[in-house]
Amino acid sequence: MIKILDLYKNFGDVEVLQGVGLEIAQKEVTVIMGPSGSGKSTLLRCINCLEEISDGTVVIDGHDVRDPKTDINFIRTEVGMVFQQFNLFPHMTALGNVTLGPLKVRKVSRADADKLGRELLEKVGLADKADAYPEHLSGGQKQRVAIARSLAMRPKAMLFDEPTSALDPELVGEVLEVMKQLGREGMTMVVVTHEMGFAREVADRVVFMDDGQIVEDSPPEEMFESPAHERTRSFLKSIL
Amino acid sequence: MPGPGTSGAKTALYPMWNSPMDIGFDFKYSVMWESIPTLLIGMKWTILITIFGLLIGFLLGALFGLMRISGNPFLRKLAGTYIESVRGTPIMVQVMFIYFGLPMALNTRIPPMIAGIVAIAVNSGAYIAEVFRGAFQSIDPGQTEAGRSIGLTGLQTRYYVIWPQAFKRMIPPLGNQFIISLKDTSLLVVVGVGELTRTGQEIIASNFRAFEVWLTVAILYLVMTLSLSKVLNLLEKKMDISQ
Repeated sequence: MIKILDLYKNFGDVEVLQGVGLEIAQKEVTVIMGPSGSGKSTLLRCINCLEEISDGTVVIDGHDVRDPKTDINFIRTEVGMVFQQFNLFPHMTALGNVTLGPLKVRKVSRADADKLGRELLEKVGLADKADAYPEHLSGGQKQRVAIARSLAMRPKAMLFDEPTSALDPELVGEVLEVMKQLGREGMTMVVVTHEMGFAREVADRVVFMDDGQIVEDSPPEEMFESPAHERTRSFLKSIL
Repeated sequence: MPGPGTSGAKTALYPMWNSPMDIGFDFKYSVMWESIPTLLIGMKWTILITIFGLLIGFLLGALFGLMRISGNPFLRKLAGTYIESVRGTPIMVQVMFIYFGLPMALNTRIPPMIAGIVAIAVNSGAYIAEVFRGAFQSIDPGQTEAGRSIGLTGLQTRYYVIWPQAFKRMIPPLGNQFIISLKDTSLLVVVGVGELTRTGQEIIASNFRAFEVWLTVAILYLVMTLSLSKVLNLLEKKMDISQ
């Protein structure tokens, strides 16, 4: 589904990704962990073409993102993205946020878009908030709207960039619940998070990154019970 | 109303009442009332020049403001040069350059009214361009990323996501510029446009009642600027409700 080969990304002189290779199969849930500045977010942003790749290859569902013939906008509709800061459109209602993509990109009719939008809001538990503006929603509700907005494009994979890091502790659970449900339904997901409970419960594998490289890549039990590398061990100790 | 200095008792108490400055000063409301019909004609021109000047200025501002934040370095430079040139020179010099200077180079004549509109448009355009740039740049880049991440094109993202938010933030600084431009039209007096200030000058030239006439002119400017503020406040409130 997603194939990353020898990926390099630098911002000026700073090398953020230094030869990352990662292959993600369909329906696989991958959790990426690592200290801040290790390149986790940048890796996600490269997959969704929000950052231009310095060197290497990223192939999404058979489309090479650096191939000039590839339509970047098409790739982005195939891969949904959920941001740490939600990035909801403040001038639109929850339903407006969710239906914008279907209306303007997929060009579906208003009635169909609204129907889809309401279905998705119900799926994330916010059927009653369809007409609410983001400023009247809690952080957890905003993030669930943001998830629905991504799902509205019917993506083949979803990327989550620290989706619960900006939330008050008591609101984390409701967002993770929606994500777990997605994982169980067979959505291909790449999740940057430090939520070990989520990783244990739904992740097929956990990738540990440090200094722009993948240090360790193993199933959650193995990663958390018997990490192979010293750097992984000290990191896991620090977040517990 | 008896003029000051006519009462002997007052003179004894306040010797300054006899200073030469107030000799013959005799405030007359009637002068104000009588000057109003003529001043209204000038005010009409002030309003027309302001409206047309700002309409063109708004378009110039939108164009150059968007050029200033475009990806094309040439367009950015061009817009920057325009904005800096206008902001860095006095509007009085700009008015004279457009009315007296340009026609000489182009070997033609420009009617003063047109020169006035062009001057207000070119001047306000530069400031409005900065308002556009500021409003667009104040929108969180995460909004663009969110728009792009659901597959909207760059243009669609700007139109559906960024522009509605930026426009709302533009209203207060735009209102500010509208009021400044309205008042700037009084400078067109130097090229002989028959706007409000010029009309006031002409009335004074015939009746020598500077105090009453300038006071009336000032009040008429206030009526225009306060009404404009009111309209902009209403617009701002209306935009807030729709969110």
